[in-house]
Amino acid sequence: MFETMTWHSIAPAVGEIYLVAAICVILMVDVFAGEKRRGLTSTLTLIALVLGAALQIKFGHVTTHGVIFDGTYVADELGFFLKLAAYLIVACVLLYSRSYLEDRGILRGEYYVLVLTALLGIFVLISANSLLTVYIGVELLALSVYAMVAFDRDSAVAAESAMKYFVLGAIASGALLYGMSMIYGLTGTLNLEEIAVRLHSPSSLGVIFGLVFLVVGVAFKLGAVPFHMWLPDVYQGAPTSVTLFIGTAPKIAYFALTLRLLAHGLAGTVAEWSQMLGALAVLTLVVGNVVALAQTNLKRMLAYSTISNVGFIVLGFVAGTPSGYTAALYYTLVYVLVALGSFGVILMAGRKGFEAEELSDYRGLYKRDPFLALIMMMLMFSTAGVPPFVGFWAKLRIFQALWETGHLWLVIISAAMSVVGAFYYLRVIKLMYFDPPAAELPPTTRRGGVRAVLAINAAAVLVLGIAPSWLLDLCSSLIH
Amino acid sequence: MQGLLSTLIWLPIAAGVLALILGDSKVSAVRWLALGASLLTLILSLPLWTGFHTDTASMQFVEKLEWIPRFKAFYALGVDGISMPLVVLTAFMTVPVIIAAWTVIENRPSQYFAAFLIMEGLMIGVFSATDALLFYFFWEAMLIPMFLIIGIWGGPRRVYATIKFFLYTFLGSVFMLAALIYMYVKAGDYSIASFHALPLTLGEQRWIFVAFFLAFAVKVPMWPVHTWLPDAHVEAPTGGSVILAAIMLKMGGYGFLRFSLPIAPDASRSLGIFVIALSLIAVVYIGFVALVQQDMKKLIAYSSIAHMGFVTLGAFIVYDIVKNTAGLQGAGMGMDGAMVQMISHGLVSGALFLCVGVLYDRVHSRQISDYGGVINKMPIFAAFMVLFALANTGLPGTSGFVGEFLVIIASFKASFWYALLAAVTLILGAAYTLWLVKRVVFGPVANDKVAHLTDVNGREFVVLGALAIAVILLGVWPQPLLKVMEPTIHHLVDQAVATKIPL
Repeated sequence: MFETMTWHSIAPAVGEIYLVAAICVILMVDVFAGEKRRGLTSTLTLIALVLGAALQIKFGHVTTHGVIFDGTYVADELGFFLKLAAYLIVACVLLYSRSYLEDRGILRGEYYVLVLTALLGIFVLISANSLLTVYIGVELLALSVYAMVAFDRDSAVAAESAMKYFVLGAIASGALLYGMSMIYGLTGTLNLEEIAVRLHSPSSLGVIFGLVFLVVGVAFKLGAVPFHMWLPDVYQGAPTSVTLFIGTAPKIAYFALTLRLLAHGLAGTVAEWSQMLGALAVLTLVVGNVVALAQTNLKRMLAYSTISNVGFIVLGFVAGTPSGYTAALYYTLVYVLVALGSFGVILMAGRKGFEAEELSDYRGLYKRDPFLALIMMMLMFSTAGVPPFVGFWAKLRIFQALWETGHLWLVIISAAMSVVGAFYYLRVIKLMYFDPPAAELPPTTRRGGVRAVLAINAAAVLVLGIAPSWLLDLCSSLIH
Repeated sequence: MQGLLSTLIWLPIAAGVLALILGDSKVSAVRWLALGASLLTLILSLPLWTGFHTDTASMQFVEKLEWIPRFKAFYALGVDGISMPLVVLTAFMTVPVIIAAWTVIENRPSQYFAAFLIMEGLMIGVFSATDALLFYFFWEAMLIPMFLIIGIWGGPRRVYATIKFFLYTFLGSVFMLAALIYMYVKAGDYSIASFHALPLTLGEQRWIFVAFFLAFAVKVPMWPVHTWLPDAHVEAPTGGSVILAAIMLKMGGYGFLRFSLPIAPDASRSLGIFVIALSLIAVVYIGFVALVQQDMKKLIAYSSIAHMGFVTLGAFIVYDIVKNTAGLQGAGMGMDGAMVQMISHGLVSGALFLCVGVLYDRVHSRQISDYGGVINKMPIFAAFMVLFALANTGLPGTSGFVGEFLVIIASFKASFWYALLAAVTLILGAAYTLWLVKRVVFGPVANDKVAHLTDVNGREFVVLGALAIAVILLGVWPQPLLKVMEPTIHHLVDQAVATKIPL
């Protein structure tokens, strides 16, 4: 049963192996670098990410579906691309957040090490092929993120939201684990592919019982209503650089979690879980969009906007077809790209001693910083789903998947909700462009390098919107 | 000519982007750039008319490039007898907008010009797209510049107006998108022609009809979803009002002709009475509403709604005509009238908004009560304004007459009562327009501000003069326009009366 381990057989896992080594090295370097040369850790982490991506391309590129490590780890092209995307996103996160951390005196090595362990968790989740690997990935990612939320130890708000996150997260992990134990008990295997073979429709009551707990766990991680309570508090309470991280890279991992666990592993019970997800999606869309209308804090508003976007991602899974999963993947990638930019703008709009978090801080931003305002406007129109920006195609793709499976009412509800959503995105643009600047606000942060990356980020939103073919094709080929 | 339509779309957009890059520090260069680009677009659009084959209903000047192979969506352009005049109208109306704004806009002028140039390209894209996805792409993208135009350069309640405008139109469009995707899933590609050919049950057609109706009725706008228009018009800057009235409203009418009637003919037949009823309410009720307005722009905005009621009326009476005359003879007359009415209303309402703009630039008020006796100080301007007002009432010899006349004649063929109600507009239209002219233009000089008015300058004269020529030309000699449309309208009637229900 145990195959011999050769370099060739474990090469697809080069990313995880390398990351563990890199984490150790960076941790040690940080200890010896001392307070004075803290920037070193940051630079080193970026180099490590670039090197990791290079290694991934060189050794970890698989084109066929393969299973290694005794069936616990799946190596396929989807995993390869998602990991590359995660490298890229995390690199952008670090670029955006460095000056923020520096200015506020919280540029600590822990941030970088925790980002890397979280990234490792993301990788494990992306490639998980057994319930056990799924759980390890979930916990590794979650624990790193709990610590990140609290790492500005002098901030009471951050500590509070970390505590909330931790307690609620622990309950969700419990639910997930409980569901897993039910499924394991009924199928006698941890391996997701084996489970897929052994579970058939119609499902027994026990399977459905376990499934409910799994869906709860997944919904909590995604932030779907009614398991979304943690999300606004964490987004608002965490330092913005951490919010930026939480809002982007983990979404990819949770997409992979949903895909591997529900769509692939529990494919036999698709009729049951797609119904559950359908109800969750409707609730998520309605609550996310409607509550976002009432927010006065931009971070909190974007948190509710995240929830509503999660609703769309879940809708892709509700379709229960490869086309639906493709739509969900595409939506996730697009969402992450836009969220990256939006939180990047928030980081840049503030400066030491001034967090540009309230919506009113953005009044007349056009006058104070036309560049940031333009980028924010593009991102907001994109999330609202207005062409020529890429967000439009993401919504279109979800609608298409729903039509293919005949979900008339879901199409109508999600269409109506995207109009409600448009309102609060427009409000941000209104504040920036139509309103006069508020009372004296400190100037925005100006760093050429970061601004260049932001510009590329926004340009990608536009270019992928005008010529969407490439990413659509890629997503489709990864799922099929 | 290959690539002509693409040039018409992308030339203004490129000029707009260039204007943004140049910025407000080089504003005079931007002005000339904007004027040059819009004039060049107008000149380039003329070959569309001269090179148009008037003996076929098929698309002309077609272009087709791969866009999204996965969805079988193409960058496909082409014009027929319905869209070609609208493309030319768009190119024509952008020039006065640019000239009218020449030195008037002081706040971020470069962006103002850029927004209108980009709008022009996108609007031409809407009219010339033959792929539904590309159509929707332009249709929605257009909202962004208009949203900014009203929001940045508008009047005191601009924020309310622009958000209302955006959300109303967005709400309508999202459901249209859902309908388009539904048909894509059934037909396998996004070409509008294959949607036309797609068999659909009556139930499906009804859903699709309602989705389209939401999108187009908001845009036209039809009663009772018209309330965004007076707000948007009142708050928009002059150029914004002109483009809104002259072009954007036409997109609703164009949508009915291009999508609703040929794609859902059976639903149009069964639900047509509903559209006709709303159109007649718009014509009659909104006419009365216009009568009591105190604000010039609001009055013209309500008059626009009433006039656009003729467009939807003309488009949907085809079923009654066919039923009553038991033949296709003359069935297209209502649609002919609708099309002429659209072009004419584009010119006349645009001209009237420009007239209001001329007064507003001098007095900074749109209230009718702040004026009176303008003719004593501005005789040339008064002549123009009276001409456009008469065209608005449908005086024979002006373009306004042709469209209204055709629609009323056609409604007689459909039903006496339709025609009677539609004809009420002849009285109401004359009442509110002439009363406006009487109060603003004639009489003794009302106050100091009017006493200090100066007549139109050369720039304004050119703009109003060009529009006046177009209004009169179309009024006395509409034949070229009717001829261009004839085969397309004929084909459209065939499509609209055929059934698409699979056996």
